[in-house]
Amino acid sequence: MALWNHYGMNRRHFMQHLATAAATVPAMNFLSHVQANADVLKSNQKACILMWMGGGPPTIDIWDLKPESKNGGEFKPIDTAAPGVQISEHMPETAKVFGDLSIVRSMSTREADHGRGRYYMQTAYVPNPTVVHPTFGSVVSYELGRNRKALEIPAFVSVGGGSGQAGFLGMTHAPFVVDSSGRIRNEPSEEGKKRLGARLTMLEEIESNFMNSRRGELPRAHKDVYRNAVNLMTSRQMAAFDVAKADPGLGLEAESDAMKDAYGRNGFGQGLLMARRLVQVGVPFVEVNMGGWDLHAGVFDTLKNQRLPQLDKGIAAITADLKARGMLDNTVLVWMGEFGRTPRINQDVGRDHWAASWSVMMGGGGLKNGQAVGATDKDGIQIADGSKAYLPGDIWATVAHAMGIPVSTVHTSKRGRPMKLANGGTPIQELIG
Amino acid sequence: MLKPVLFGFKCLPTRLAQGLLAAAVVIFGTSAAFAADEQPAAGAAAASGDVPLSQFIDQQIRQGWADNEIEPSAAATDEEWIRRVYLDLVGRIPTLVEVKAFLDDENPRKRALVVDALLEHEDYVRNFTTIWTNNCIGRGTPQRVSRTGMEKFFREAFAKNRPWNEIVVELVTASGHFEENGAVNYILAQMQMPDDGVQLTAMTTRLFLGLQVQCTQCHNHPFNKWQQDQFWEFNSFFRQVGKEDHRKLDPKTGRQVDDYSEVVWQDFSGPVFFEKRSGVMQVAFPRFQGREVDPGPEVDRRAELAKLITEPAENGAPQLAQAMVNRMWSHFFGYGFTRPVDDMGPHNPASHPELLDRLAREFVAADYDVKSLIRWIVNSESYGLSSQFGEKNKVDDPAAGEMPLFSHMYLKSMQAEQMYDSLIVASNAHQSGNGNWSAQEEQRRRWMQQFVVAFENDENDETTTFNGTIPQALMMMNSELIEKACSVDRGSFLFEEMSSPGNEAQKIGDLYLAALSRKPTKVELAKMQKALGKYGPSKLQGYQDLFWALLNSNEFVFIH
Repeated sequence: MALWNHYGMNRRHFMQHLATAAATVPAMNFLSHVQANADVLKSNQKACILMWMGGGPPTIDIWDLKPESKNGGEFKPIDTAAPGVQISEHMPETAKVFGDLSIVRSMSTREADHGRGRYYMQTAYVPNPTVVHPTFGSVVSYELGRNRKALEIPAFVSVGGGSGQAGFLGMTHAPFVVDSSGRIRNEPSEEGKKRLGARLTMLEEIESNFMNSRRGELPRAHKDVYRNAVNLMTSRQMAAFDVAKADPGLGLEAESDAMKDAYGRNGFGQGLLMARRLVQVGVPFVEVNMGGWDLHAGVFDTLKNQRLPQLDKGIAAITADLKARGMLDNTVLVWMGEFGRTPRINQDVGRDHWAASWSVMMGGGGLKNGQAVGATDKDGIQIADGSKAYLPGDIWATVAHAMGIPVSTVHTSKRGRPMKLANGGTPIQELIG
Repeated sequence: MLKPVLFGFKCLPTRLAQGLLAAAVVIFGTSAAFAADEQPAAGAAAASGDVPLSQFIDQQIRQGWADNEIEPSAAATDEEWIRRVYLDLVGRIPTLVEVKAFLDDENPRKRALVVDALLEHEDYVRNFTTIWTNNCIGRGTPQRVSRTGMEKFFREAFAKNRPWNEIVVELVTASGHFEENGAVNYILAQMQMPDDGVQLTAMTTRLFLGLQVQCTQCHNHPFNKWQQDQFWEFNSFFRQVGKEDHRKLDPKTGRQVDDYSEVVWQDFSGPVFFEKRSGVMQVAFPRFQGREVDPGPEVDRRAELAKLITEPAENGAPQLAQAMVNRMWSHFFGYGFTRPVDDMGPHNPASHPELLDRLAREFVAADYDVKSLIRWIVNSESYGLSSQFGEKNKVDDPAAGEMPLFSHMYLKSMQAEQMYDSLIVASNAHQSGNGNWSAQEEQRRRWMQQFVVAFENDENDETTTFNGTIPQALMMMNSELIEKACSVDRGSFLFEEMSSPGNEAQKIGDLYLAALSRKPTKVELAKMQKALGKYGPSKLQGYQDLFWALLNSNEFVFIH
């Protein structure tokens, strides 16, 4: 019996496996257990949805237009529901919900290489060869996921991602990567489920020997990941990944065609829809990836015809949907890539990598939304005089604040070095009010 | 000077003789005996009075232990060592037959002999072909790139043990059809966007020279000695590279479909122009390590670059050699002399600079003989140490950010390809390991795709989810591959094992040997026998479940 505890199975798993092993145990009120969980889930659980724009989006064409400048490009700004805030004309649906969103227009982040920029934006630390910093999703998994006892699926899910790493927080906080269809590969067969108990008993024996053989932390991490995988395999919360599945006990309905259409029938839209379901079952951090932003050539055609229509639909849908369900105040939205793109338009009608002055979009989370914080100068090439420049740590500190994670939190690296949450960033005053 | 391009071994007789004389072989403890008769040119670069290379390697590493007041782990057991060396050299675990043969062998030189034998094994070629194909074009094959062509190039290169400088020169200077000259696929993979050779510049310096200069495209590097103009000077060598994508008519559908792609000559002369942060335009002429090349239209710049990258760097051996030594060391130990392995330079000092320098010079003197380089590393004292550490060297923990001291072997996670091949071996472990690998190639590639995540940017970045997280665990627990490995169908390992004579203890022992290359301990054996007792009389399912557990264990997934 010790096995189940070793693998961290909760009572429900315990029941299922014992049932298949035809053992006799006292009856348990299985349904009410789940029901009770669902009630907890419906309460005020904080979450963050990160919309990750891989490749580096041209924010000068989306959130911070410069129609008067030679750098302005082809697009015109339009008004939004937020007084005084204008965004691109190709974001009309998003403009309508902008009362619940905000822009930080004075990001200045210095890393203009994809790998380094991604690392910096996602961890708030610049790459360092002697330590691997956790991506912020892993931080949230560590801070909030650990305490969500009812959560059986990973606390950090990445839809179509894979760039993030848990670093010194350990493999159990690494992102669980799925594609936007939500299909989980290699789910167990019925036969496999039946034999799992016996197999794990033997596995336990072999694993512990190796774990106790003085070979460092990896062997234990392997075992922890298996525990999570076993939890996942047998969890009813898996329904959150499948938009066609309903589970009233978990508050999940089968998503209608109208709902799928609203989010957009593309990877980003369907990923966001899945993200909402994951937040519903208690996942505190979901990353949804949208790639194809590395627009060194033909930037305007690609934006107008491909990227922005999908982006516009997706952002508008998730904002409105969360709001309608009363979840928006507890769910903070973050939209960013590894950097922005050059204000200057190159000879291929493209924009290159640019980290000196660009925008990040945020929303929900009980923040003071409907505003644009900070500004760039008239040509977009630097932060405007008198405007505060923000770093990724400030964005994540704002997220931490919104999620109830103390900004003063300090983690410890494997070498014993103290590591401040969000690299000591400060919540953006205008947004937290 | 560019050496004439030759195929095959280049063992100059005088060098070989020197090497033999220099091979005053030192054997430390139970670590590998040196295969003196197989050593081409070891020690050739040493000035007279220098200690032989094998001794030098161990001395340098030992110096690090002394300086840090640590003591090394014990030598690896035969069981630990044989599994490690198979995974590192041929990319898979040894078969049951291979493990037994090695453990039963009483030849005191058996480790060095195994190394020699594995270097001639077809799986050595396959393993390094996989590694370098992934390095050059990634795991998710980019548009208009022939993976087959790239693999064919490396297969031939490693089968003939072509000198590393020749291989790199050919990759960098290649032209032509992507299947007729597979080398061009390296360049094609870096030409996914019209970017004036920026990605090709960044990748070539990183992969082959161990220099990260991509940031200097836009600005001077804050730490690196490379400046923005150096990036564009290097880039100007690649401006004569053109690419043509050919299409053809599909007679069945009547539509135009993709045909082949090729690298072609593109006229270019004079400087390249780039923009400083200040907005000022500057020019850069083809120049590397202070050597400038005629910028005229008649000069083949890539051919000139090929000459320059094999010339000594200011700090010793050519950067090309230093980078390969660093990368190869890291392949076997999990950590190189710098971290990351492809960011070398004064801003990122090496952990063992003298060793790196000597290895690089010896590598050059041995005509960039890859197999010699591997022998030097694998036959070293350090490589033969156990991965179990003790009180006296627990601080040697690079995973915690410490500088590696190589006082014990570090755990490495199996790469996805190693896992695939090892599971295939485990499911046919009764065979002698000469299965038809080429037939597996396509299957493995398709299987691999489930773990590849592309980032869709101008650097072709990608990653895999085969990194010790849940998708990997699910694959190991539930996939068809694992089901097959644990199958009791005719022809499978378990079928053969169950139908051959032997008592329960022997069979359990064979399962352990097949999966973990070791016998069970007494305690394990007793526990597993007890566990098997709970199954029906045939115990077939019990053996299946045991094999499943062995293959799913941490001991299996780590190279230790």
